[in-house]
Amino acid sequence: MFDYNFHWRPVMKNLPDLLEAGLLTLQVAVLSMVIGIGIGLCLALIRMNRNGVLYWLATAWVELARNTPALFQLFFFGFGIGAFGVHLTPFAIVLAALSFNCAGYLAENFRGGFQAVPETQMRAARSLGMTQWQTYTRIIIPQVFRIVYHPITNQMVWAVLMSSLGMLVGFRELSGETQFFASRTFRIFEYFAVTAVIYYVIVKCILAASRLLAMRLFRY
Amino acid sequence: MDQTISFFSGFTIKDVWFLGEAALRTLWTSVLSISIGTALGVIFGWLLHEGRILAALTLAPVLDIFRSVPLIIQLVLFYNFAPIVGLNLDPFWSGVVILTIYTAALVANVARGGIEAVGRPMRRAARSLGMSYWQDMRHVVLPIGGRAVFPAWVGVALGVMKDSALVSVLGYVELLKASQILITRTQEPFLILSLAGAFYFALSFPISRYAAKLEKRWAQ
Repeated sequence: MFDYNFHWRPVMKNLPDLLEAGLLTLQVAVLSMVIGIGIGLCLALIRMNRNGVLYWLATAWVELARNTPALFQLFFFGFGIGAFGVHLTPFAIVLAALSFNCAGYLAENFRGGFQAVPETQMRAARSLGMTQWQTYTRIIIPQVFRIVYHPITNQMVWAVLMSSLGMLVGFRELSGETQFFASRTFRIFEYFAVTAVIYYVIVKCILAASRLLAMRLFRY
Repeated sequence: MDQTISFFSGFTIKDVWFLGEAALRTLWTSVLSISIGTALGVIFGWLLHEGRILAALTLAPVLDIFRSVPLIIQLVLFYNFAPIVGLNLDPFWSGVVILTIYTAALVANVARGGIEAVGRPMRRAARSLGMSYWQDMRHVVLPIGGRAVFPAWVGVALGVMKDSALVSVLGYVELLKASQILITRTQEPFLILSLAGAFYFALSFPISRYAAKLEKRWAQ
């Protein structure tokens, strides 16, 4: 049944390259999360106000990001906007698609978080003499953050997993690099098996880090 | 003597038919893997709930792997692994197998959540009314727990439907692969990608809206 010889040596030889590509994966994921959180927060705030063109734009963004495949979004940033003469580098394509997707998903989480904080707290804080800014930064945001902490962690994991699509637009992150080496040596299974392990370790590290951080942040 | 061969030709009505066929293949792949995967996932969820320590040490980590490794890597890995153990699967069946396991891994958690959503006192009450274990499962846990996690299940199913686009890496011509082929020929990326995106959106948006509405109604 097993007349296949596993050759792990070429993989081990390229392991440093793969790990370096893993860092690139992490980099693009973190960057897209930072952008995604920023835009997602804006989208959530805009959608809560329910007025004007901005509301419809934000809603369109959120619904498009949530209801189409990530691969479609990637292709759209890859080839779709090429129709208008915009050509991005593979890194920019992946970053744009990931940020677009993360922003859409996070916006819904943020909106849920804001809605979970009773409106009366705002009025209570204001009547205690806090300014609007103080109320947001000291009362509302800390509570919202606590609620959206887990969704953000999940989204971070998704961002890492989704960045693997980069290999389809020629981006040499972990998956792209793996495919590059695999197609050179035809040791496809071995290379992708090692890559799967690396992804697993990355995801576990993120989850562990998030749990440790949560213990430190949410002591009270 | 002015003979030229044209590599590119415009978008015709026949191409819409081509896309439509591919969309049906996307649907068929998703329906198949979602239905089998859900059945498996419910069994896994039940095992996770009833198996306690044993399941937590064996089944849970295995399912966790499928959630921590990018789907695209799983697909490539399985597609290249199957021949090693003597299975000759075409891209379609490889895709369905992996999507099914992936669905099962996601649904298992949802199903366990559903079983645990039914309070222990309620289940004791059912048993002390003379119901057997399976009667309790069928007439108490299924309607109450099922209702609690139905929206989450819809989310998983739609996610798998969207992720089925990844089977294209194995060369299976589903909707996104078909649009890629057409883009290469017609050089009209924006139009074709919009059509493909519209299909996914038209499928996913109403269902997710409906699920959200149900969730709201059931929450009251």
